[in-house]
Amino acid sequence: MTETLTSDRTLTGSPLVKRGLADMLKGGVIMDVVTPEQARIAEDAGAVAVMALERVPADIRAQGGVARMSDPDLIDGIVEAVSIPVMAKARIGHFVEAQVLQALKVDYIDESEVLSPADYVNHIDKQKFTVPFVCGATNLGEALRRIAEGAAMIRSKGEAGTGDVSEATKHIRTIRGEIAQIQAAYAADPDSLYVKAKELAAPYDIVLEVARTGKLPVVLFTAGGVATPADAAMMMQLGADGVFVGSGIFKSGNPSQRAAAIVKATAYYDDPAAVADASRGLGEAMVGINVGDLPAPHRLSERGW
Amino acid sequence: MGVLGLQGGVAEHVRLLESLGAGTRLVKRPEDLTGLDALVLPGGESSTIDRLTRLFGLREPLLEAIGSGLPVLGTCAGLILLAAEIEDPAPGQRSLGVLDVAVARNAFGSQVASAEATLAWGGEEADAVRAAFIRAPAVTRVGHGVEVLARHEERVVAVRSGSTLGISFHPELTGEPSVHAELLGMVG
Repeated sequence: MTETLTSDRTLTGSPLVKRGLADMLKGGVIMDVVTPEQARIAEDAGAVAVMALERVPADIRAQGGVARMSDPDLIDGIVEAVSIPVMAKARIGHFVEAQVLQALKVDYIDESEVLSPADYVNHIDKQKFTVPFVCGATNLGEALRRIAEGAAMIRSKGEAGTGDVSEATKHIRTIRGEIAQIQAAYAADPDSLYVKAKELAAPYDIVLEVARTGKLPVVLFTAGGVATPADAAMMMQLGADGVFVGSGIFKSGNPSQRAAAIVKATAYYDDPAAVADASRGLGEAMVGINVGDLPAPHRLSERGW
Repeated sequence: MGVLGLQGGVAEHVRLLESLGAGTRLVKRPEDLTGLDALVLPGGESSTIDRLTRLFGLREPLLEAIGSGLPVLGTCAGLILLAAEIEDPAPGQRSLGVLDVAVARNAFGSQVASAEATLAWGGEEADAVRAAFIRAPAVTRVGHGVEVLARHEERVVAVRSGSTLGISFHPELTGEPSVHAELLGMVG
């Protein structure tokens, strides 16, 4: 069961509690780490959470093969190393990997297209879990389907492991644009929302909530290709609540300094002088791959539906 | 009313304060503290917020403002920021030290232990308040002149000293107005 109510009316695993942790991450940077040492560097640089995994997306992409949940020993080591929240990835649809991660007491599960999908039809029924989930989305319909399944946080997908921010830009713009469209459609003609829900392939009730409030019912972060302070600040100006940085930090010349700089630029995203200051003297950024050069089967953002 | 706007659950405090009829301003720079009647330090990641206050020169101005009697409410990470002592700080993490208590971070465990709960607020004729504990801290030592306002699972989760209020939980997530109303009541 997701929600457990005890005699003194204490309730764990409720949507409010799951979404509440994401609320506390807003304005922050979540960093991919593959060792306890990297986790400590991320914490020290001001990360609001770390994503524990065996290989960063750039290496998954370079090495190929099936990418799976990380070894529990690795996750335990990272949980032990830091006091900030620890997230870990399960394959799309792999509900047993998710059960394992919940048993390891991670703070958030990312049902992630960066790993190889385990089910090409169903995503995980996230309502069944006490631990909250974050899921990727490239557009509003996909985001709302994940929320209907119980996701307590959404991240726009971008194209992980490339250092090319263009897909992240496309996805956050698409989601924000579609929200504005259904808001306008609802204002012009409330009846039209039923058709909009059908077009989005998402439940009417959630579509209605978005049309009324002008935002997703959960926190929206951006991911996939963010590599510089300016990239992070652009995502924030485009309406993200925060950013995930995967390969961009520990595939760069000076991870500690770059991590701190991206934290600074995310907090002061609307102050170009602060972003300029954060961008100085960081050494080499990750080399990266242009998304346009990736053959279609290697585009991770096309996984999930 | 100022809300420290560096990171975390900022918008929820703004919404609750405005629903109580208060005007609000985000505090991101030292000059944003000028002329405030009260200040909220929101929840978020306490080690991140601490780092950002120092990075942007807010630490000294915050100490000065609170020291000169500005009423302040710290929730969750905000309580940790106010505390005199953090039992288990992240490496290099500091607090403002304006509230004579010690706190333990994540005192109730990881996120799977995070919970909504109803607790008695404000002593003898206690009101029931509904609030959320999210990887919440607890007060482990209460200094002289610090009043305990609420407990949860036998741990101290709300304290007051003069015009400084510190709580472990999140009334702004449930929309519970009592705590913020108390802060507004302190404005002279």
